Amino acid sequence: MYPAKFEYVRALDVADALAKISSDEDAKFLAGGHSLVPLMKFRLATPSLLVDISQLQELAYVKDEGDYVAIGALTRHHDVERSGILQSHVPILPHVAGMVGDPQVRHRGTIGGSVAHGDGASDLPAALLALDATMVATGSVGQREIPAKNFFKGFLETDLSPDEILTEIRVPKGTKAWSYKKFNRRAQDWAIVGVAAVKNGSTKVAFVNMGSSPLRSTGCEGALNKGASITEAAELATEGIDPPSDLNATSEFRIHLAKVLTRRALEEMEG
Amino acid sequence: MKVSMKINGVDYEKDVEPRRLLVHFIREDAGLTGTNVGCDTSSCGACTVLMNGESIKSCTVLAVQAEAAEIQTIEGLAEPDGTLHPLQRAFQECHGLQCGYCTPGMVMASLSLIKENTSLDEQAVRRGLEGNLCRCTGYHNIIKAVLQAADEMGVKA
Repeated sequence: MYPAKFEYVRALDVADALAKISSDEDAKFLAGGHSLVPLMKFRLATPSLLVDISQLQELAYVKDEGDYVAIGALTRHHDVERSGILQSHVPILPHVAGMVGDPQVRHRGTIGGSVAHGDGASDLPAALLALDATMVATGSVGQREIPAKNFFKGFLETDLSPDEILTEIRVPKGTKAWSYKKFNRRAQDWAIVGVAAVKNGSTKVAFVNMGSSPLRSTGCEGALNKGASITEAAELATEGIDPPSDLNATSEFRIHLAKVLTRRALEEMEG
Repeated sequence: MKVSMKINGVDYEKDVEPRRLLVHFIREDAGLTGTNVGCDTSSCGACTVLMNGESIKSCTVLAVQAEAAEIQTIEGLAEPDGTLHPLQRAFQECHGLQCGYCTPGMVMASLSLIKENTSLDEQAVRRGLEGNLCRCTGYHNIIKAVLQAADEMGVKA
């Protein structure tokens, strides 16, 4: 399958990428290409210009910054999975990165690409939401920091504006316990439902594929804050959440799965 | 747009449309048809090749993204005199293929897996090959073949 025709340019650095993206209002950044290229092959996306940023090595890094770990947006899933700094300070992220797609996908796909794509069915955005990560966007007028809970806006929609590029993801250290539960039927499938839970001060719980974007479970978190038991909190996990039905699961089944997986995640964290 | 890359140590330079997929560059521009197109949606792994030493699905990479890259395909594994690579020999000896369609991708994904690990057991091989589908063998003999080759290449359980 061939994508529709498009123009292609390579960015030399972040400033050059920003200049090139602003030259065409239907332009898209191309990183690892493992969300965008499949959409283009199905002709669900037909950008007129691709600005390839995949070779900007300046955006591929994991750095210990004291209170937080800074991850360059072009860090591949494979490198997140194997980062010693992340394994020591934010162990849920290497674990979740290792559950994205398959090894070939992880050799190309990037954490920034996954986050900027903003798919509610992706693993990493929900994990970053549970971690209270901060997204750093760079535009022609400078940088701005966006808390994860304000970043994901809706179906494939984020707070990034068309003339901004996601350059860094900052993840707080201090995880006391964590769990990630991904339910799918076959190897390499997307999660039918996933639950990311992180204990760092309070307990944060986020869902994969329970809505058009990754979602925090305010029902579960609120109950835990008031001293509810794991069973009680898990039962309230889907309060206010109305998941979609599709070929894999009805909305009712997703609600059931989310409660079961939340309970298992919380139990695993209590160890 | 001009793109140049090395495939199995040989330089290729062609003028291609930006939308040309790497797998078509390999098969049609370089004439190396050992790499197959299966699902064309990055699920089945039949198009797996190594790009700068790591397995990738060449149906989901644009040829222009492989500018200056080193690509290795199934044709680049055997010695010039025809002596098979340990992985190819193991697939043959363990009956790790039937129709053979998935085999080039399986072998290249296995090579990447072996190169990335210092030890491999059955579970690690099964998980490491989750991006490659086979509809004939039931996988058991593929796993045996990869473990045999890994052992021979110095990566043990």
